[in-house]
Amino acid sequence: MSTDTATKPPVGVRVRSWFGDNALKFYAVIAFAYLLLPVAYTFVFSFNDAGRTNIVWQGFTLDNWKNPCGAPQVCESVVNSIVLALGVTIMSTILGTLIAFALVRYQFRGRGTTNLTIFLPMATPEVVLGSSLLALFLNIFVPLGFWTVFIAHVMFCISFVVVTVKARLASLDPRLEQAAMDLYANEREAFRRITLPLVAPGIAAAALLAFSLSFDDFIITNFNSGQFTTFPKFVYVSATRGIPAQANVIASAMFFIALALVLVSQIRNMRRKEA
Amino acid sequence: MSKTDITKAEGDLYLENLTKSFGDFTAVDDLSLQVPQGSFFALLGPSGCGKTTTLRMVAGLEAPTAGRIRIGDADITYEKPYRRPVNTVFQNYALFPHMDIQENVGFGLKRRGIKDVDAQVADALKLIQLEQVAKRKPTQLSGGQQQRVALARAIVNRPAVLLLDEPLGALDLKLRRQMQLELKRIQTEVGLTFIHVTHDQEEAMTMADTVAVMNNGIIEQMGPPTELYESPRTAFVANFLGQSNLFPAKVSGVDGDNVVLEDSDGRFLMPKNRVADGVNLSSGSSVLVGVRPEKINIGPLDPGQEPPSHGNYVDGVVEAASFLGVSTQYEVRTAGGDAISVFAQNLDVHGLMPVASQVRLTWLPLHGFVLDGHEDINAGVESELVVG
Ligand SMILES: Nc1ncnc2c1ncn2[C@@H]1O[C@H](COP(=O)(O)OP(=O)(O)O)[C@@H](O)[C@H]1O
Ligand SMILES: [Mg+2]
Repeated sequence: MSTDTATKPPVGVRVRSWFGDNALKFYAVIAFAYLLLPVAYTFVFSFNDAGRTNIVWQGFTLDNWKNPCGAPQVCESVVNSIVLALGVTIMSTILGTLIAFALVRYQFRGRGTTNLTIFLPMATPEVVLGSSLLALFLNIFVPLGFWTVFIAHVMFCISFVVVTVKARLASLDPRLEQAAMDLYANEREAFRRITLPLVAPGIAAAALLAFSLSFDDFIITNFNSGQFTTFPKFVYVSATRGIPAQANVIASAMFFIALALVLVSQIRNMRRKEA
Repeated sequence: MSKTDITKAEGDLYLENLTKSFGDFTAVDDLSLQVPQGSFFALLGPSGCGKTTTLRMVAGLEAPTAGRIRIGDADITYEKPYRRPVNTVFQNYALFPHMDIQENVGFGLKRRGIKDVDAQVADALKLIQLEQVAKRKPTQLSGGQQQRVALARAIVNRPAVLLLDEPLGALDLKLRRQMQLELKRIQTEVGLTFIHVTHDQEEAMTMADTVAVMNNGIIEQMGPPTELYESPRTAFVANFLGQSNLFPAKVSGVDGDNVVLEDSDGRFLMPKNRVADGVNLSSGSSVLVGVRPEKINIGPLDPGQEPPSHGNYVDGVVEAASFLGVSTQYEVRTAGGDAISVFAQNLDVHGLMPVASQVRLTWLPLHGFVLDGHEDINAGVESELVVG
């Protein structure tokens, strides 16, 4: 021990400096574990030979993965959610992008008010938004279903699209378009060859955001959907009776698909930077 | 060429009574000038005097409030930017970040429907000596390289008029001097009309055939660099281009070809042809006398010394002397109270005249100039500090 202390600092100091060096890693591991634990749980229980309730582990099976539509309504609700989210994405991306262009590029009466109201849906609690919309639909006798949910989703997704596209557009130097026009590109060509390609990443990000927001939404959907069932609503409703293991299968699959998309785009980005 | 095909217009560029107002602020005020085809024309003025606004009107990116713009016979005042035979090198280059250098340079040619642009693009890149970066993106180039790409992108279209908005402003001094020569070489080689905007008087004078000095939205004076330097017509031009000693004086009479002037330090003679247009020469009217610091001869004042035969001299005391190697810069306070700068070449005739010594300053009549007495003596002086 005495020979040790001659060459190395005392144990206490070493332990502390080891902690100092590794605290961040340690913290990151814990944080990730905390985040991933529910996902891991969901994934593991997608292999549970569950029967009616998927709460207690009853043995390993691949049946759920082989037949994800096995439980009633699971796949129907997933398809509903995908169709809805796609429609909402297209609609809100188009409208939101146009609004963003108008707000950034043009001076018009009510521009300030528009800028402000765009933020409202993001700032309002979903319960308030959902219930107000429900009141509105009931008042004007619109039957609840796919279209009421669609309208509600487009409404709040637009805000996110506008904000995302606007940020990208505001950082775009207007002199680039002017340079294009100076170089014989007319208004339409300047838009197509300069503005659009440069704003495209913002629009794509906005579309992805809109898709996931719509796909994920439960509260507003629950208020305004009537008999129409989305995947989140299905999970919520079946929670009272016991969520079928197929729901875990779908959830896990979605997680891995999203993960794969992120990885692919990261790798492509890295390749592009190297090139 | 049909007279109506504006995209192929050529000839001199005319700005006629061009005015641009933003609200009640007039950025360009009734400006008229003619730029001969194939010349290197510099628009020189301090920041904010309306240079960029003028260029933007010529490029079609800003609509004039009044006035006309012509190239040869073709009126392009309200023509769309993409219909004008005019290209711009923007102040911050404005290269397209998502395209590589080759695509940037070929952009204009492609938009005009030229299918095979590779050869012309290669030529343009060769002209600016950047063939090796054709496949890179703008962000991968240095400032100087980006600047040259912006130039190639405009020049490749062989416009009737090429506009350059402070193209060297973002470069460091050494690179700027190098690029000045480069730009001049390229202009001579391609023979296009260049309108070069700058706030650097040295840059304007080294490069341009004709310089227009602009201030507060108007052209103060226009002409070849030597003419502007030797015969400034306003105090602003006298101070903005190089340095001038200006001091107030009164006309006391006319003696043959000379005007006799008087100030607190005595009498001066000035040839009439050194008097700016429109200066009132009737006896008693006030004028400004100007002499460049390097045109003044400085020597120690000996007691009983004869005045020079031409009579232009003042006596004073050295207030400051800085030895600069090739020359020495003196600040002299005259008996009458004026402060005068003198650049004395190091000919080792008198040695260094120490601070507080008595000196006599002399200059030839034809080396001075006379301006209107209502001019602001300090106009354009501050702007000197901007010059690199
Ligand atoms: N779009 C605009 N709106 C209002 N004022 C402007 C605009 N563009 C330029 N100005 C003003 O016009 C004056 C001249 O500007 P500019 O032509 O850019 O000067 P320079 O290029 O000589 O530095 C400046 O005072 C500037 O503030
Ligand atoms: Mg400018």
